[in-house]
Amino acid sequence: MIQYFSIVLMLVGIYGLLSQRNVIKLIAALNIFEIGLNLFIVSIGFVKDGLVPILTSNNESSAMLYVDPLPHALVLTSIVIGVGVTALALALAKKMHDKYGTYDMDEMGGK
Amino acid sequence: MKQIVSILLVAAIGILIFSALYFSDETLKFNEYGNVNLDDRVSEKYIDKSVNGNTEEIIFGETQNAESGSANMVTSVVVNYRSFDTLGEVTVLFVSALGVGLLLNGKRKRKNLKDAPNFILKQGARIIFGIMVVFGVYMFIHGHITPGGGFPGGAIIAASILLLYLSDDEFRVKLSAAKAVESTAGSLYVIVGLLGIVLAGYFLQNFLPTGTVGEVISSGVIPIVYMLIGLKVGSELSSVIDGFLTEEVEG
Repeated sequence: MIQYFSIVLMLVGIYGLLSQRNVIKLIAALNIFEIGLNLFIVSIGFVKDGLVPILTSNNESSAMLYVDPLPHALVLTSIVIGVGVTALALALAKKMHDKYGTYDMDEMGGK
Repeated sequence: MKQIVSILLVAAIGILIFSALYFSDETLKFNEYGNVNLDDRVSEKYIDKSVNGNTEEIIFGETQNAESGSANMVTSVVVNYRSFDTLGEVTVLFVSALGVGLLLNGKRKRKNLKDAPNFILKQGARIIFGIMVVFGVYMFIHGHITPGGGFPGGAIIAASILLLYLSDDEFRVKLSAAKAVESTAGSLYVIVGLLGIVLAGYFLQNFLPTGTVGEVISSGVIPIVYMLIGLKVGSELSSVIDGFLTEEVEG
């Protein structure tokens, strides 16, 4: 179920990227797309009845059933890179707004 | 018109994804959600810490000198088995912070807040700032035994800086100090990697004793590297916040 939901979230992001002309909305759509993708990757690693992959005093043996830690590590990387891309995109958007006085790409072309 | 074309395109992509994942042949079919056998995957070796052929069970608080002494398996993947990826990731974050600094450059001053903050707000935010910084530091020091680690810890420190920015209209981060912390932490990460070549034979290889699983001082270079990552991410995100909350001064 969560896999279907995350794919739908990705599709919402793609729709936003295709249909919007406002730069800030485009960045938001990119983030929605990315969140959907991250949820999907995490859901691949889920094991039924699996524990959180951390050894603690309650689940102390590595022989117990844990969920897959590798997708979590990859998503950690992906989230951080997403933050970097968003920061850079927002800085570009701010620069565009300083120059043209608008966030709309159609209005920018006219000037 | 544009909306209709986008909806059609999105529907086409959606049908493509769903049919490829869930309705294709039995051999190509995607694993059902939760129905995963970890023995088929490389992750099994990361959980058992048996990449080099160790066959013993890992017990929390007892096992000594395991291959990777981290109780948090995600951390052992991020900072031990695949530390080279993390070095690349930190580099991406550095380049994006550099890009923000390049785009929002020049002599800058604080933007005026709409409502001038009063005394209570300023002092209260300072108290919360101290607690948040301590929590962020706690998070990246304990990254190998509890959830969390360098990236969330650094993000919490940057959030505490953002709190000060929003509650005080004259506060600014010393950018030179942030850059010094960032570049020192980044170079030390590479130096830890090079020490791995010298002392253990591979880049970013663990060269310290890994200790007992589950103790704070354990698992070799993992806490050191995570501390460096936390400082680096915190100072980078703080300088990005500074770029967005200031404006260029004319002339």
